[in-house]
Amino acid sequence: MGKHVLLVEDETNIIEAIRFLLSREGWQVDTHSDGATAVEAVRAVQPDLLMLDYMLPGKSGMEILKELRADPAFTKMPILMLTARGQSRDRDEAERAGVSRFMTKPFSNVEVLTAVRDLVQLAR
Amino acid sequence: MTSVNQLVAVSLAYVAFLFAIAFFAERAAARGQGGWLRSPWVYTLSLSIYCTAWTFYGAVGYAARSGMEFVTIYLGPTLVMLGWWWILRKLVRIGRAQRATSIADLISARYGKSNLLAIVVTLMAVVGVTPYIALQLQSVTLSLGAFAGPSDTGALTNPASAFWVAGGLALFTVLFGTRKLDANERHSGVVMAIAVEAVVKLVALIAVGVFVVWGIAGGVQPMLAKIDASPIGTWQIDKSRWVALTALSAVAFLCLPRMFQVLVVENDDERHLQIAAWAFPVYLMLMSLFVVPIAVVGLDILPAGSNPDLFVLTIPLAEGRAGLAGLSFLGGFSSATSMVIVATLALATMVSNHVVMPVWLNAQGREGALVSGDVRNVVLLARRASILMILGLGYLYYRFSGGGAALAAIGLISFTGVAQFLPALLGGIFWRGASRWGALAGLIIGFVVWIYASLLPSFGPDAAMSARLLAEGPWGVGWLRPQALFGIEGLDPTVHAVVWSLTLNTFAFIIGSLVTFPTPLERLQGAQFVNVFELSGQPREWHAAMATSEDLMIMAQRILGADEARKLFREEADRQGIAGHLPEPSQAFLQRLERELAGSVGAATAHAMISQLVGGASVSVEDLMAVADESAQILEYSSQLEAKSAELTRTAGQLRTANDKLTALSVQKDAFLSQISHELRTPMTSIRSFSEILRDTEGMGQVEKTKYASIIHGEAIRLTRLLDDLLDLSVLENGQVNLNVETGRLEDVLEKAVITAQASGSGALAIKRRRLNEAVSLSTDLDRLAQVFINLMTNADKYCDAEHPQLDVSVENRDGAVCVVFFDNGTPIATSERDLIFEKFARIDGTPGAGAGLGLAICREIMTRLGGDIVLDPTQDGNRFVVILPAQAALAAQ
Repeated sequence: MGKHVLLVEDETNIIEAIRFLLSREGWQVDTHSDGATAVEAVRAVQPDLLMLDYMLPGKSGMEILKELRADPAFTKMPILMLTARGQSRDRDEAERAGVSRFMTKPFSNVEVLTAVRDLVQLAR
Repeated sequence: MTSVNQLVAVSLAYVAFLFAIAFFAERAAARGQGGWLRSPWVYTLSLSIYCTAWTFYGAVGYAARSGMEFVTIYLGPTLVMLGWWWILRKLVRIGRAQRATSIADLISARYGKSNLLAIVVTLMAVVGVTPYIALQLQSVTLSLGAFAGPSDTGALTNPASAFWVAGGLALFTVLFGTRKLDANERHSGVVMAIAVEAVVKLVALIAVGVFVVWGIAGGVQPMLAKIDASPIGTWQIDKSRWVALTALSAVAFLCLPRMFQVLVVENDDERHLQIAAWAFPVYLMLMSLFVVPIAVVGLDILPAGSNPDLFVLTIPLAEGRAGLAGLSFLGGFSSATSMVIVATLALATMVSNHVVMPVWLNAQGREGALVSGDVRNVVLLARRASILMILGLGYLYYRFSGGGAALAAIGLISFTGVAQFLPALLGGIFWRGASRWGALAGLIIGFVVWIYASLLPSFGPDAAMSARLLAEGPWGVGWLRPQALFGIEGLDPTVHAVVWSLTLNTFAFIIGSLVTFPTPLERLQGAQFVNVFELSGQPREWHAAMATSEDLMIMAQRILGADEARKLFREEADRQGIAGHLPEPSQAFLQRLERELAGSVGAATAHAMISQLVGGASVSVEDLMAVADESAQILEYSSQLEAKSAELTRTAGQLRTANDKLTALSVQKDAFLSQISHELRTPMTSIRSFSEILRDTEGMGQVEKTKYASIIHGEAIRLTRLLDDLLDLSVLENGQVNLNVETGRLEDVLEKAVITAQASGSGALAIKRRRLNEAVSLSTDLDRLAQVFINLMTNADKYCDAEHPQLDVSVENRDGAVCVVFFDNGTPIATSERDLIFEKFARIDGTPGAGAGLGLAICREIMTRLGGDIVLDPTQDGNRFVVILPAQAALAAQ
């Protein structure tokens, strides 16, 4: 299994930070900032891990998650969801929808890296 | 010759026999075996108390003195029974329907349960009947005297024997009239004893008659010859007396309290009247059959000066027929005792019910009436005391009137007295307009005229009235002479008294009724009396009962509902062991039904309804008042309920609205918190992440270090601005903002705003001012207004996506208001989003930017505070924001 991550996020500074952290660990980082076309992007990229922001223009991260999990091809793909909304209701909903890991912003870099490593190892 | 002692012994044995009959009759009735007691023949015979000793002995005396006139005494009742049968039937029906206990009770019930009327009637009855009772005592004493021997005059008026007679009768009446308290005041034992006495007196009189005709005169033909030869046959008939006396007897038959007792109160079945209607006249005819022969023979064979009133006794005695004389004595004794017993019973009922009990209850206060056991004993005691009192009065009257002629005439005088009840009685049952005051006026005036014109003069000149008053009138006023009222002379005194008392009585009654207004209860009772046949349905009792059950069912269905009512009735029918669903309207069932109904409509209404249907106890004033109260309470209660219901509906509506508002607010709050959280956490994420990178990454290049530090710096500024905006908005929204109102010129405000916007902007945006119309004087918070202008310009700088972003700023007059227009050349905001952009955190999708989406919300808050507005005009090209200045702020427009 390769180290290919797709980051769906619309905040340029956060993209910058995550790209820096994961590249240093040897990940290939692709980014996409539009919610409306995110599912197509996932299909096209076929990443080993998907990092998905909750609040996206066009389509929310929750909707994207549900759409992906409804597709048999993506039932097992590790999906790490990031949110700045900080509501436990969102976490519950995401877990029911089949999210692999749910993280609230702001996060520490170590947390992100650990989560990414865990998810990839589990997938193996 | 039979000794007086023997006679007394026989009398006592006879009384003991009567006791036994009354006792067994009562016991049979109590065991429910008294069917034979309820025979119409017993009823008919009980009516014979009309024939008192006055008729038994007196009729012969009357015939001996006045010829055929005695027949009027029998003719009156005969006419009533044959011709006025329908009046009797109505009286009986009403009396039973109203559970009348006496004539006083019936009259008072008719006129709105007036106890005053009852007292007046009771008083009149006592005054009118007491002499009559005295007459009976006298007859018994006289008849005893006759046995003692005509020469023994001392025994004729022996007060001691009269006293014992009165005492014995009182004892008998107390024992059988008041042994128990019957709701209907029926006395089956007494009635049975009276019926036996009726047979005894008839048999005795006929036996004497047969003896006289066949034993003395020698057959029918010689008897008729004797009659033709006697002065009786030659007596002229006084037509006015005949008419008056016949009418008087008829009226008395209806009005005498004792006749009311046996006719109405003791009546078991209305149908008995049908038999009595012919059987009683036959009885009267038999009673009168031998009156003339006895009188003629008595006048013929007995020495002149013999008392013709005692011929019935003295003829057998003179002929040495002791046994026949004894039988005759028992006949007279029966006549006297039966009358005294029933009359006393009737009067005692009236006195105790209408005089003693009200006084006692008043003395006791209301609480006393609630203990029923107590009251029953008190009623019995009152009844017994009344019996003793009335017999005592009769005895005293006998003692002090001295007997003799005054007493002999008392029969007709007594009739005239009680006849005064007639207008109130007949008017009451046939005329709905009859009123209490009319009845009272008629009764009192008739009574006074009777006392003045009949009772007092009857004692003879200088006894109760002076001879001078009789001859010249009071104070010499001729037309007030007691026996020649209004100057009408030459009339027989009895006729005179009857005509005047009844005429004035009737007039007073009619006029009194016409000029007074009946109370509601009188109207109600009047309707129940006058329309008794329509109200009480079929005369046959079982029919009435069935109809009542059906009526009750209909009423119960209406109130309880069909299913509930049917269930109740079926249960009761089962309990009574009757197939079907209509139970007998027994007392227990009626009480149960009343309770059930009371649960729905209130006790008073339920009682009134059942009373109406069953036709029993009438509706009292208290009932009506209670019904009215209940209705009022129900009305009040229902209107309160309605008000409460409306209030509840209103409150529920308010609550729903409030709840909706709160829900909406809660949703808004959640959304707002999520937004705030997002807006705060996003820059913090970058700050934290890059600061960790800077901290943890060794050997990072200077360029990278500077770049990441700049990101941290920028995000920190973004956070600060967000917090500023949030605080600003919060202050504006809560109305806590203090406006700093100054005067200034619009062009100056715009100038300052443009400079500020350009200084902080990207520099790409070209701001073009059309300086036309800018010369406007303002009086408002100029800094806040400038803030709005700056915000609009920085927005245009940030979001205008044209190749050469441009913003036209112009001042227009729109509907008299000064408007500042900011028109950029970017992509027009979609119509669907035009309303949203002034909301907090509203950001157009697909336009990522640094703003939190609070700027326009702040602008709108500011303009609202200043009294103006901000809108986005619909346009085809670009976006046209219009700031409408407050009217008063721009009043100084130049």
